[in-house]
Amino acid sequence: MSAALEIFNLQKTYANGFEALKGIDLKVEEGDFFALLGPNGAGKSTTIGILSSLVSKSEGSVKICGIDIDEDFSLAKKQIGIVPQEFNFNVFENVEDVLIHQAGYYGIPISVARERATYYLEKLGILDKQHVQMRMLSGGMKRRLMIARALVHEPRVLILDEPTAGVDIEMRRSMYDFLRETNAEGRTIIMTTHYLEEAELLCRNVAIINQGKIVTRGAIKDLLRDLNSETFLLDTQDEIPAGTAITGYTLRQVEPHCLEVELAKGQDLAPVFAALSQAGVTVVSMRNKENRLERMFVNVLEGAS
Amino acid sequence: MSAYEQWIAFLTIMRKEVRRYLRIWTQTLLPSAITMSLYFLIFGTLIGKRIGTMGGVSYMEFVVPGLIMMAIITNSYANVVGSFFGAKFNNSIEELLVSPTPNYVIVLGYAAGGVSRGILVSIIVTSVALFFTKLDIHSWFVVVSVVGLTSIAFSLCGLINAVFANTFDDVNIVPTFVLTPLTYLGGVFYSLDLLPDFWAGISQINPLVYVVNAFRFGVLGVSDVDIAVSFTMLIGLTLISFAYAMHLLRAGSRLRT
Repeated sequence: MSAALEIFNLQKTYANGFEALKGIDLKVEEGDFFALLGPNGAGKSTTIGILSSLVSKSEGSVKICGIDIDEDFSLAKKQIGIVPQEFNFNVFENVEDVLIHQAGYYGIPISVARERATYYLEKLGILDKQHVQMRMLSGGMKRRLMIARALVHEPRVLILDEPTAGVDIEMRRSMYDFLRETNAEGRTIIMTTHYLEEAELLCRNVAIINQGKIVTRGAIKDLLRDLNSETFLLDTQDEIPAGTAITGYTLRQVEPHCLEVELAKGQDLAPVFAALSQAGVTVVSMRNKENRLERMFVNVLEGAS
Repeated sequence: MSAYEQWIAFLTIMRKEVRRYLRIWTQTLLPSAITMSLYFLIFGTLIGKRIGTMGGVSYMEFVVPGLIMMAIITNSYANVVGSFFGAKFNNSIEELLVSPTPNYVIVLGYAAGGVSRGILVSIIVTSVALFFTKLDIHSWFVVVSVVGLTSIAFSLCGLINAVFANTFDDVNIVPTFVLTPLTYLGGVFYSLDLLPDFWAGISQINPLVYVVNAFRFGVLGVSDVDIAVSFTMLIGLTLISFAYAMHLLRAGSRLRT
């Protein structure tokens, strides 16, 4: 089975001389749920632009489902569905027409396109907006429609560029469910996002891009395992005695009922619970101070700079 | 893409274009009917009676082919320049650009939309003209082929304009400052025989002269220029416009980065 996406030495220098990509290598296996992360201007959207043909590459090669875009971009394009970052609709078209037209551009007859439009609009919870003009939709609905539009030709790879930007929590959750379901059906998903908890929640593998270079890649769980430290916040029922200290652990009392514990790699929380229990303090809840992927992300970027 | 898939893509673009101008028919179809009615009334009936004959026919008969052609030119041009630039402006052109639809299908699809509007408007204007004069077609072949070639050529010119346009002002510059003067000076309202030799010679470089006269020949059998020359110019304009439009799309000028 060929990889869903293989990128080798991809470079892009814009007309003004700006080097957006400085030779990235990337491989995404079929069926993967993959996150491409990076700060603004790192090169994520340029990479997606090259895959969609809206940006031309300067150097390197790209294969989509084993098809080299330099050899048969037309066939390669059929394998991918793109959800861009910005809305790119004709606001005077109605929702169903947007999907039927998009399907038509892929050579799908109108009768089949109409069936698929109904299917995806229902799946994404906007079937009742089928005959509504685009300009009447909320931002969240437009985002979901962009996903439906990217899927209407049933691509093997779905690429989403910050799909949940500006989407409320409830709608975001339903989008996650849909994307998980789509991925479970065997479709490869590649997404960029600034919400790192989103990547941790959904994706199995990740690559971090910074200043046009891939600075790290791998399975999210492996990368998180490599974190040197992790910080937890413990909420307690009882007031924490002042000056509480445990040998080998870094503690900081945030509030009378909240203790911050920094764990070095290999340490566990059991001694902390035991010490607090001995001091008559009951822990009622515990949470990460910051998203673990976020910590890893910051570490990687700091290491790279 | 297979030939069948390309055909579907072509029909999709054309259908989208047709539905667009039908949806806003008060802006796209009605104005030509009203404007041309006024032309027929004022130039044909009121002023025309005092002018008498021109090119061997009544003045009303003389202006009708030119006015129909003027409607075809402006509408086929306006349809594509407006629609394509609109798609560029709201980025919905990306829907097409990311798809496997070949460039020539995109060009032909948009041109087909412009052609269909040009032909529909020509039918409306001709129907209006029949209230003012009778039209005995001299050569259906010439009429149909000139209408077809003209609407294709000016649809393609509209697409080229749209690719270069950065603002809505740019969309109006060519129709206002180039197309309209060339049409008015292209012999719609007068025979080139009326011009002094110098200006008649200058008129030979105006492509609209050939378009208007070719159509007038098809309708009335009279023309200021040789019909073969007119056809050569028209076919040349169509081919050059198509080649240039294809070049712009292939190069991704102002469409891709």
